[in-house]
Amino acid sequence: MTQSTALIQYTLHLADDSLILGHRNSEWTGHGPILEQDIALSNIALDLIGQARNFYQYAAELINAAPVSNGTSGRPASAYGPTAPSNGAPRQVTEDQLAYLRDGWDFRNCLLVEQGNGDWAKTILRQFFFSAYQTALYEKLAQGRDKTLAAIAAKSHKEVVYHLRWSSEWVIRLGDGTEESHTRMNNALDELWKFTGELHTAAPYEQETAAKAISPDLSTLCPQWEEKVKEVFDEARLSYPPAVWMQTGGKEGRHTEHLGYVLAEMQFLQRAYPGCEW
Amino acid sequence: MVTINKNMDTVAVWQLLKEVHDPEVPVLSILDLGIVRDIRVIQPGDSQPQEGPEFSQLEIVITPTYSGCPAMDMIRQQIVTTLGQHGYGHVKVTTVLSPAWTTEWMSQEGKDKLKAYGIAPPNPLQQVCQIRPFHREEAVQCPHCGSYHTTLISEFGSTACKALYKCVDCREPFDYFKCH
Repeated sequence: MTQSTALIQYTLHLADDSLILGHRNSEWTGHGPILEQDIALSNIALDLIGQARNFYQYAAELINAAPVSNGTSGRPASAYGPTAPSNGAPRQVTEDQLAYLRDGWDFRNCLLVEQGNGDWAKTILRQFFFSAYQTALYEKLAQGRDKTLAAIAAKSHKEVVYHLRWSSEWVIRLGDGTEESHTRMNNALDELWKFTGELHTAAPYEQETAAKAISPDLSTLCPQWEEKVKEVFDEARLSYPPAVWMQTGGKEGRHTEHLGYVLAEMQFLQRAYPGCEW
Repeated sequence: MVTINKNMDTVAVWQLLKEVHDPEVPVLSILDLGIVRDIRVIQPGDSQPQEGPEFSQLEIVITPTYSGCPAMDMIRQQIVTTLGQHGYGHVKVTTVLSPAWTTEWMSQEGKDKLKAYGIAPPNPLQQVCQIRPFHREEAVQCPHCGSYHTTLISEFGSTACKALYKCVDCREPFDYFKCH
């Protein structure tokens, strides 16, 4: 993998994480338990989708500047959307193509963010696990060598701090709430815990970008994440789970069945009416 | 038509940008918000000669408030339209992300306008969100009655940049433009 391929993969991974979680959260718009929290989750969705756009725009720029792959290593150019027109015109990839025209195995998001919304407890816990990771990640990525990624991370960090505080408060409120809410948090924990290990397991492209000091070494973020989760769980009267086998694969395109349903809904319009704009 | 060249007066352009308002908080101009970072003139051959424009262009450099702010596309269009109406034909709007926008760039005039409009302006002491759960920023003043006896309803309001508050004294709910 050349450095530019690793950087493209890594940028797409960051974009996909934000887009998929943003889309999942947006499924709550109009269905939140109360108006204020419906608005909160929709605002978080908006932040995440905005961050995803910045990453996709940069990924498109990198892809358009890179030579077209012959498919000897990694995925062929078609992994970035429709192939070059037959008239030989230069292939220009756009942010929309990256979001709406790639297939499931091209998505590089971690498995955690694609999991179904379930009940409010599951949505909250998914957001909390991810925000705790994203806050630590962006803080370090903002110091990285790639200027564009650093700029997006510095800007986004200010936003995800809100997501972390909001979701921490809800984990505490529900965990230390009624018997019912406590049970629901524990059920959510049972369902989601096995997907948290992937946050700390570097994919090959992440190892490369970390070696180039573009992105942080994920093992350095892990203690910070654990400390945050333990602190909030303590207050929420939830037990920090013991080490178990962790499911990984999403960051390399091996997803759970849930991603397909997200894409079917999110990509429908562009697939049915190619190039549609409004 | 205004001739765009290196010697032109960009102060006049800054003045015109006062006419462009934030579509979601229409009382504020984009200058009040502090999102216009620079006004430059790009001449043919300044960079990448084969791709550059054949004529001089006016470049307006802006930065988004929040990553997902849906008003940015409209603001870009309005900049081009407003300057076009005043004879500036070749206008290019560029977005930069760094340094990240902060409410510290909001003008005092902007803060006064917000308050008169019924939105509490960002607190004078810049306090951004702390990660600690249930930690709350310093009291926010009610824009209606001036009381500091107010409570947070939700830290996410009608737009990304605002939180929802309620005044305990006059009982009016209000938006607070968050420090960021």
